Amino acid sequence: MVKREVIGAHYGLRDWLAQRVTAVVMAVYTLLLIVALLGLPRLDFQHWKALWELPLMRFATVLFASCLLLHAWVGVRNIFMDYIKPTGLRLTLYALVILALIWFGVWTVQILWGV
Amino acid sequence: MPRTRPKHLDLTKIRLPLPALVSILHRVSGAALFLCMPFLLWLWQESLASQQRFEQFKGVASLWAVKLVLIGLLWAYLHHLCAGIRHLALDLDIGTELAAARASSWAVLVVSLGLTLVAGVMIW
Repeated sequence: MVKREVIGAHYGLRDWLAQRVTAVVMAVYTLLLIVALLGLPRLDFQHWKALWELPLMRFATVLFASCLLLHAWVGVRNIFMDYIKPTGLRLTLYALVILALIWFGVWTVQILWGV
Repeated sequence: MPRTRPKHLDLTKIRLPLPALVSILHRVSGAALFLCMPFLLWLWQESLASQQRFEQFKGVASLWAVKLVLIGLLWAYLHHLCAGIRHLALDLDIGTELAAARASSWAVLVVSLGLTLVAGVMIW
């Protein structure tokens, strides 16, 4: 039996799994959000604000945002791996995407806690 | 005599099979959602900042161009969601036969467009 050496970084299976686990979490959150929105008596500022102040909503949204950022990273990185061939440019774009995702994450927490 | 095979690598001449169309739209919708994330976060922030800014947010969100963009993004989200669920099923070896794969591709397109239409009417 030929023992083949797998070349390259060994993150393939891990990312494949992460992409699916985060997707399931986001799908469940989407249902939760739809139920919460349909359950609002009126879509005015008070009800809208109160919805996002619920501890469950904050917790679920932080979980959703974390999954979204990881999911977006794997997805965008895959797109770059397919289309951006020059290594330097690709790595620069990776860095920009990572910074953007961190920015989105911090921003989300700021919005949720009304800083 | 050398055989001249038809090579249609010209993108405008390639006819995508339905599952391939769903697949590339999955990628396009994901990229669009990523690129529009700052816009969505900004809208969300404005809607929660204060009563006054909530009213301003409603004003912005009721512009027809903004509505159109939001409905487009809603479609992107729903298509990405539906195509993702299909993908998970394929991973579990469900629906990998050609006929089933075509049928589920149709289902992804129809369901995501249908839900967008329903939500779009509600928003408008």
